[in-house]
Amino acid sequence: MKPYILGAISCSLLALASAANANDRIKFDFWHGLTGQLGEVVERQCALFNGSQTEYEVTCTGQGGYDMAEQNTIAAFRAGEQPTIVQMYEIGTVNFMLSGAIYPANQFAKDHGLDIDWSAYFPGIANYYATSTGEMWSFPYNSSTAVFYWNKDAWAKIGKDHAPQTWDELGADLAAMKEAGIECGFAFDYDAWMNLEQFSAVNALPVATMDNGYGGLGAEVTFHETPFVDHMQRYKDWVDQGFARVQTQQTGKSLVQAFADGTCASMVHTIGNHSVIKDTQVDGLNWDVTLMPVIDVDNRHNSIVGGAALWVLQGKSPEEYKAAAAFLAYVTGAETGERYMVENTGYIPVTLPGFELLKNSGFYEQDRFRGREVAIASLTASDVTPLTRGIRLGNHIAIRNEIRTAMETFLSGKADVKTAVTEAAERSNQTLRRFEQTYRGAELP
Amino acid sequence: MNKRATFSNSWLAAALLLPQLLLVFIFFYWPSGEALWWSFTLERPFGGGNEWVGFYNYLSVLQDSRYWGSVRVSVIFAIAASALSILLALMLAVFVDRRMRGHQILKTGFFLPYALAAPAVGLAFRFIFAPDAGLIAGINRVFPGLWNPALDGNDALTLIILAQAWSLVGYNFIFFLAGLQSIPRALLEAGAMDGAGPLRRVWDLQLPLLAPTLFFLLVINITDSFVNSFGIVDIVTSGGPARATELMVYKVYTDGFQGKDSSLAATQSVILMVLIMALTFVQFRFIERKVHYN
Repeated sequence: MKPYILGAISCSLLALASAANANDRIKFDFWHGLTGQLGEVVERQCALFNGSQTEYEVTCTGQGGYDMAEQNTIAAFRAGEQPTIVQMYEIGTVNFMLSGAIYPANQFAKDHGLDIDWSAYFPGIANYYATSTGEMWSFPYNSSTAVFYWNKDAWAKIGKDHAPQTWDELGADLAAMKEAGIECGFAFDYDAWMNLEQFSAVNALPVATMDNGYGGLGAEVTFHETPFVDHMQRYKDWVDQGFARVQTQQTGKSLVQAFADGTCASMVHTIGNHSVIKDTQVDGLNWDVTLMPVIDVDNRHNSIVGGAALWVLQGKSPEEYKAAAAFLAYVTGAETGERYMVENTGYIPVTLPGFELLKNSGFYEQDRFRGREVAIASLTASDVTPLTRGIRLGNHIAIRNEIRTAMETFLSGKADVKTAVTEAAERSNQTLRRFEQTYRGAELP
Repeated sequence: MNKRATFSNSWLAAALLLPQLLLVFIFFYWPSGEALWWSFTLERPFGGGNEWVGFYNYLSVLQDSRYWGSVRVSVIFAIAASALSILLALMLAVFVDRRMRGHQILKTGFFLPYALAAPAVGLAFRFIFAPDAGLIAGINRVFPGLWNPALDGNDALTLIILAQAWSLVGYNFIFFLAGLQSIPRALLEAGAMDGAGPLRRVWDLQLPLLAPTLFFLLVINITDSFVNSFGIVDIVTSGGPARATELMVYKVYTDGFQGKDSSLAATQSVILMVLIMALTFVQFRFIERKVHYN
């Protein structure tokens, strides 16, 4: 805890120092959706920016979660009180693109002389946030992707020193682990980002028609007709056979907690938790991360990005935009932005030069950060195809909730896997049609 | 002699009423009006488009089996939680009223749960009743799989009913205790002299005299269970498993605030509002007739 306290103190000192000559500075608001330690990292970055120059001053306000940040931004925009910059999670992209409230990032960069090399972003990241024609409307900020966390000691018990590459191999390993007396070889929860979206991307399976929704608001989900159903069947069988377990807050321990205290030997989760596990693991937990398993190793594709981007909103004064431009230059800088974020959190660098810089400085050889380059290997495992670009569906969060409902339904035995997943797809499509009708006449950029 | 205080100056009356009326207008009629308008349109999250769709939203909601599922769960939740908390509170109040040892401390202790915010109650119940790691985990070690609110919808519903009932007990308790203490001792003593035991006195004397309190608490508890259960559901179950604890008010939240579908949420809010008004009307019209105020 101590470093955080020190950080907080230095934060407030910086804030005091900057308050002294705050009157002649141009102020603007930045709303973010990170909480806890991650929220502190953002606030410190704001304080560092304020201390780095004397012309501008950013006021950072945590909104208590991504979801709250989106709700509050909507409410504020409707009241004409919106912030200049807001951090928005990846699945808020559709709402923001259709909102008419956005000052597109590429246009903003051009208007304010921001020197941003859009082609330097990893294609997996740039493509996710870009419009269907490849224009960047937001600035990628904190990014992550999914990886496979595995407990090396558990695998040593079955005589293996490497992690499984495919789901079949994982299944065989889990059977062997059960023989060897390991109670929980693999754990999962109901998160659609890991179980559906990342799974579909790395295996190049469609989630929805029209290039997973990038092609327009008329897309329909199709995940009930892909090997995703078999994958869910596999989860169900594993639970029934005692190979795997569901870990959620409701069962008592989240996935990360169950892995960090050694209860469960493996999981698929965001690389963002790499630092969390380092900080909270039991002593002597011998673990590593690797690429998430696929169906067929010869058909491995890139995983997709998670996290959030910074959006500039319409309707602010030219001075505020000038100040915002300075801030955006600061937080997208290789040292002040990327390195700062990567060192203080579990997130990954978002540009190739930023990654090279870190790698060459020996970052990934430090014990605390070793293994985190796997995320980059995962994001760049193949060229980005229309199926591995990302997901762009209206009311995405409702679709994720449908996946959760489906998994809870088949795991509790109320319906079989195929029925539950098909119902989730049908309900998702109803939601999509409703969304399409709400935006009748509007076109997805 | 006229016992009522009346204002001869009606302008003064209006001026005195104005702040209150303004508050009611701003915080009730205005938002309700907005919700009503949205329920007949398709409202975009950021505004900008607002298409009149007539009863489309109402049809979508009322034809959805999942919506009726949430109505069913809400009704079970409201009745069970209200009954449980009223019964428990009544029992505790009768005990304390009999001035058992330590009743002064108990009085404070019984009221304390009401002072806790719903999310705090939810968090405590989630920890205590977590099937793998909670205090209840011992039961699962003896009877594996007996208790699992993470997968069994009935267990999850039971859990939030317990949490809601527990958090309302304190409030009910104070009202019952006040009611019991206002009953003239002479009545009870007369009953005792006639040979009525404690239980008989509760049943034949105290309960009928408590009827107005009981009725008031019934209305408050049921309304509270319908509209104020969000904090507990959100923390304990998030509406799961498989929407088994998705109460009407929680569904409004998931559709409107998570899904940003303001129209769908507004429609459900209007239905919920009408339902609560109807329910309160029924309670006053039919149950209150059996209540004798003295």
